[in-house]
Amino acid sequence: MNDEILKLKNISKEFDGKPILEDFSLDIKKNEFVTLLGPSGCGKSTTLRIIGGFLKPDEGQVFFEGKDITNLSPDKRNVNTVFQKYSLFPHMSIAENIAFGLKLKNKSKTYIKDKIEYALKLVNMDGYEKRKPESLSGGQQQRVAIARAIVNEPKMLLLDEPLGALDLKLRHDMQRELIKIKQEVGITFVYVTHDQDEALTMSDRIIVMNQGIIQQMGSSKSIYDEPQNAFVADFIGDSNIIDGVMEQDCLVRIQGRRIECVDVGFGKNEPVDVVIRPEDLVIVEEKDGLLSGLVVSIIFKGAYYEIKVRAEDYEWMVQSVNPAQIGAKVGLTILPDNIQIMHKPHSSDEEIVKEDE
Amino acid sequence: MENKRKLNKRTWFSMPYILWIIGFTVIPLLVIFQDAFVTPEGGFTAQNVLAIFEPVHLKSMLLSLEIALACTLICMLLAYPLVLALRRLKLGRQGFLLFVLILPMWMNFILRLLAWQMILSKNGILNMLLGFIGISPLPIANTWISILIGVVYDYLPFMILPIYNAIAEIDEDIIEAAKDLGAGGFTIFKKIILPLSVPGLLSGIVMVFVPSMTSFVVSDVLGGGKIQLIGNVIEQEFTKNVDWNLGSGLSVSLMIFVLISMAFTMKNDPEGKESAIW
Repeated sequence: MNDEILKLKNISKEFDGKPILEDFSLDIKKNEFVTLLGPSGCGKSTTLRIIGGFLKPDEGQVFFEGKDITNLSPDKRNVNTVFQKYSLFPHMSIAENIAFGLKLKNKSKTYIKDKIEYALKLVNMDGYEKRKPESLSGGQQQRVAIARAIVNEPKMLLLDEPLGALDLKLRHDMQRELIKIKQEVGITFVYVTHDQDEALTMSDRIIVMNQGIIQQMGSSKSIYDEPQNAFVADFIGDSNIIDGVMEQDCLVRIQGRRIECVDVGFGKNEPVDVVIRPEDLVIVEEKDGLLSGLVVSIIFKGAYYEIKVRAEDYEWMVQSVNPAQIGAKVGLTILPDNIQIMHKPHSSDEEIVKEDE
Repeated sequence: MENKRKLNKRTWFSMPYILWIIGFTVIPLLVIFQDAFVTPEGGFTAQNVLAIFEPVHLKSMLLSLEIALACTLICMLLAYPLVLALRRLKLGRQGFLLFVLILPMWMNFILRLLAWQMILSKNGILNMLLGFIGISPLPIANTWISILIGVVYDYLPFMILPIYNAIAEIDEDIIEAAKDLGAGGFTIFKKIILPLSVPGLLSGIVMVFVPSMTSFVVSDVLGGGKIQLIGNVIEQEFTKNVDWNLGSGLSVSLMIFVLISMAFTMKNDPEGKESAIW
């Protein structure tokens, strides 16, 4: 475990008697791009603030390179944060903002000057040294905030929804740039977002959180393709989630039809959640379908059509490049590979699933 | 074109105020300026304006300046730490405490001064309380000390409010960013909070210094008529001596002095935000 940089051990945190994090543990490796993903209130920002030192956990410990830093204040930690609201110092120029941390460390003038130049080039903002923050756009301010954090050469950069305030197009550009910056400086990134798109695009590892608990950890692909519970399936991408019964290994019953799948190890006739991605459903002639239903709506989405097909009391969401006729009777097929079977959770706040890659 | 016409229409909304300020500020000012530079017979003279350099007037002017400077300094020393302490509190409690601090302003100015007169007088409440604990009475009544207490009491809210506004505007995120970059408590104060509060501080200085420099009611009530500030001198030229020319001349000199000292203060305003005061 030599390449481990940060370890959160059994962290618990409450606000006004309401638990935010419960017995939360997490290891982060050197040079990893880790994303904490979840809906608001899931505890992801709290986790980041505990790593940054802005909050003290009620219980548990934080280890940085093997040393216990639980009680260390933010100014004494070798991590830097990029905040959602940019938080540039309004009375200082861009160069002064970036120099702030370096001056506190008593670096030489030429060193600081070189660093400012390097950092501004890195975030594509060279030539802005003398400007004031208020004269920059949101995207530019966030770039400066990233530069201001990176010049201190932290071993770990914490990013708290840094792109949350930007528009969609700019967000996509910045995502690509963040990946580039990460490769260039080669430090660990811990990124917090509620935007699954962002998480899937950038991360080496995604940690899906809900109600202060890790729901699933893994690569973008494993989280998308093999969600381990209904929460993850629902939160990441669009999903059809429907009740089913596992008749035997590799055979599930949905809506009275027996359908082949690849999952094994469930009890005989065990009730399960079945997850099928809308892009994995194929519309065919009614007689050829594993399921059949009525087309109730169709929306053009640019790259595909989003089609709703009602079968019994469930509306299947289908993404297809070909349109369909509203009111038509159609069949639906699925490849066995694309069916994901999940255990039913015992209760809604008990959806703990551990990493499994 | 279109834009300009719209702007002109809106300009009419300010007419009532413009009429008011012309009638009650601009015209009286012009009258004072005119009176200042003429003799009672109507000829031109600079005598009235230069009268400020006569020893009697100069003494009053210096005393006013001393009291105004002391008042401004004391108000700053009281207000700034108080506002820093307020910042730590929850928002609702901040509002309540500010309300309590501002509350005296709801009472009439003269009434408040009369209350202080009662407290500070020779047989007043202060000396009575001191007597209980065996301390001999303090001869504060009708001295410059009692005037200073009066102006500080009256103008303190004008120092608190602008500083509070400036400091309340500082986002908690900015403080956290500074901490994140390695700044400890004192550095945060020196590099972030202090510079960002300068506009409020300057605004507070102007709002306390100018009225305390020119006040004459406070010294009338709490100075017992024995202490002549420049405001009292001017007042008496107008009322007792009925020498409007000398009164106007001294007013003009005082005005010039105040404007120069304010220009000096404002030169240090990094953002020029307070230009609205002019």
